[in-house]
Amino acid sequence: MTGNGNHPSDEQLVLFFYGEADGRDAVAAHVDACTVCQATLGDLQRALAAVDAHRIPERGAGYGGEVWARMQEHLERAPARDWLSWFAPRRLALAGAVAVLLVAAFFAGRYSLRPQPAQQARTTPQPAAAPASAAPQVQVRDRILLIAVGDHLERSQMVLVELMNGPTEGPVDISGTQEWARDLVPTNRLIRQTANEAGDRVVVDVLDDLERLLIEIANSPSRLSSAEFEQVRQRIEGRGIVFKIRVLDSQVRQREQIAAARPARAHS
Amino acid sequence: MDGSDAAVVAQVRAGDSEAFRVLVDRHARTIFRLASRMVGNEQDADDVVQETFLRAYRQIDRFESRANFGTWLYRIAVNCSLDLLRQRPRRRQKLEPEDGDEPAADPDANPSPERLMFSAEVQTRVTSALHDLSPAERAAFLLRHFEGQSIEEIGRALGLRTSATKHTVFRAVQKMRRALEPVLR
Repeated sequence: MTGNGNHPSDEQLVLFFYGEADGRDAVAAHVDACTVCQATLGDLQRALAAVDAHRIPERGAGYGGEVWARMQEHLERAPARDWLSWFAPRRLALAGAVAVLLVAAFFAGRYSLRPQPAQQARTTPQPAAAPASAAPQVQVRDRILLIAVGDHLERSQMVLVELMNGPTEGPVDISGTQEWARDLVPTNRLIRQTANEAGDRVVVDVLDDLERLLIEIANSPSRLSSAEFEQVRQRIEGRGIVFKIRVLDSQVRQREQIAAARPARAHS
Repeated sequence: MDGSDAAVVAQVRAGDSEAFRVLVDRHARTIFRLASRMVGNEQDADDVVQETFLRAYRQIDRFESRANFGTWLYRIAVNCSLDLLRQRPRRRQKLEPEDGDEPAADPDANPSPERLMFSAEVQTRVTSALHDLSPAERAAFLLRHFEGQSIEEIGRALGLRTSATKHTVFRAVQKMRRALEPVLR
């Protein structure tokens, strides 16, 4: 249980409701015995039952036929699916971008967990004698770190994108987003410090920028006028931070995939 | 035509483009429901459905036979909906019933005036709360709550890691709860 005291957190209860909680049996046993959590779960069930009552227009049995008929015109105009289509300008541009990212990730080699100076000193004298069983542990640690970093970047992106896509008129309540931004600051600081120790200036700069932005968001008033909200948006846009995080995240994802593939190769 | 989705996909890949109609017949209404909740109005939802099946047809070679065709379609539909929401000016991103978009009849044949008012209030609040979710939260919530997709499937559809997907669903649920709290007390 990771919530307050011994109770499951709200997130765990929501995931439990949907049958997706880690340690489901433990959560179930706790809920069975805890009136507080039973009440929380009851509230959740009532709210989601009300959502179930939300009605939308339905389409009749012949809808598939209508869609198919409308598709015909487009299908007749559609180019044949052949290998030549790979040379269309948009595809080439995309392939180019992917290639640039691959090369960047290859040279960057970020988050491959370079040994810390102390570890290096211990292992350098006898590199060949390193215990074989240590390799899988390092790989597991690599993957865990990569997942944590990727997850942090993804959540940070979502905070910023949520603000970017906020309403353009009237006062805006950003209290929910602020709470989220506040939660991200300590993790960001930890990752930034680790990257700093590893001497990775590019990552440090991006995370530094991100941290200042997260703190600004967390400390600003919760209710903003449309002009104030626009200023927040401009600060995000002006720094190009969303793009920088996205690039970093794709590099981390690639490293994740490489790390995930390693054990399979090691056993083959 | 009978046969599993995978068998029909194999026929389409073999050159029988007419077979694709079977897949459209099977899945169009489900995709419409998802699209309708994602984009908030019927006309846009119809466009999303059409674009979803067009993309599916054109990308049929990329479909992995072991995967579930319905799940693959959901993923395409979510992306089409997100594309449409991105193209829309922000202020138009309202999920409001349009003229003539009367909700389906209440299952209770003779509801009391209080009951009708309560239902209308809940309907308005759910619509408004869905509108206030970010597009990713809306997609994650709809796929989990209405379509019963697993966290893993939703993560694949939205390009999110498991932990971020769980958190996105959680945040969406929290927002929906807060929005409904005043009427459910």
